[in-house]
Amino acid sequence: MLHTVNKSSFERNSLQSCLNAIDDTSVILLIEDGVISAANNANSSMLSDLAAQGRVYALQGDVDARGISSKIADNIKLVDYAGFVDLVVEHGTAVSWV
Amino acid sequence: MADILGAEVDEEGFLVNLGDWTEEIAVEMAKGDEIELSEEHWDVINFLRGYFEEYQIAPAVRVLTKAIGKQFGKEKGNSKYLYSLFPYGPGKQGCRFAGLPKPTGCI
Amino acid sequence: MATKKFMYLNRKASYGTVYAIESLEVVLIAAAFEQDVSLAFIDDGVYQIVEGQNTDGIGMKNFSKTFHALGDYDINKLYVSAESLEERGLTADDLMPLVYEDEDDDWEEKPSVKVVSNAELSKIMSDQDVCLSF
Repeated sequence: MLHTVNKSSFERNSLQSCLNAIDDTSVILLIEDGVISAANNANSSMLSDLAAQGRVYALQGDVDARGISSKIADNIKLVDYAGFVDLVVEHGTAVSWV
Repeated sequence: MADILGAEVDEEGFLVNLGDWTEEIAVEMAKGDEIELSEEHWDVINFLRGYFEEYQIAPAVRVLTKAIGKQFGKEKGNSKYLYSLFPYGPGKQGCRFAGLPKPTGCI
Repeated sequence: MATKKFMYLNRKASYGTVYAIESLEVVLIAAAFEQDVSLAFIDDGVYQIVEGQNTDGIGMKNFSKTFHALGDYDINKLYVSAESLEERGLTADDLMPLVYEDEDDDWEEKPSVKVVSNAELSKIMSDQDVCLSF
């Protein structure tokens, strides 16, 4: 499954709820304000563990728009919209955590 | 705004304030559709009002037919029977006479 | 028409935002298409099906009553996150006793609500064709 999260973890619990419900094969894509959770200081240990397994992505355009491209935590992979589409195709059912 | 016996109705003839409903309004609405309300009509209208009171929605036609069949006999639990009473649809026309909003999902 | 598995994911309480009632309306509309529908309640979404809601004081429709109609619409899989309940000091006993009549078992009344762990919920989710979030 592909889980998208579009809220900052400073503002909402969307990311935490997603992390609570995620199984061993799913990946997370951070979009819109969700990319704030990809920045160093916002990173939870659970998210960095998943990132270390190559299972966390962030949408480049949203990262750039917020001026945080230099602060993205290790192992989080940046994708463009084409990459977003690839993830949807590859991982089947998508769940959005809003 | 249009009204029926002083009660405000929307552009499709549904009551704006559900609390305005009276039996006379139902009779008047039916008259406008050239229907004279029979006991069978009232069974359905009262059922719809009871269902709405309990669940806060008007039932889908599928749910209505099943429930009518259960309550009033199998021979009445089909859409043919209900459409014979309410040619414009038991959901749409029945709910209008019953003073309920248009059923969810009803176009 | 091939049946697909649809899950509606409810994460907000009922009256502060429109998410809950919008979700319920979509569920009822979608019920007409006879798909395999399930509902999940997590986070504050669990408050949607708490027993004893009374909206007289806020002038809004008490649509918690509508959940009792879901059984008639063949929607009888309501999963509630055990962790979300616990975080809020709630138990299964605080929830509305929602039931359905089982067609395959002489119309016996059975509970629709099932409290599941997040791990179980995650398994159920991964089994879906479509997940819709509210």
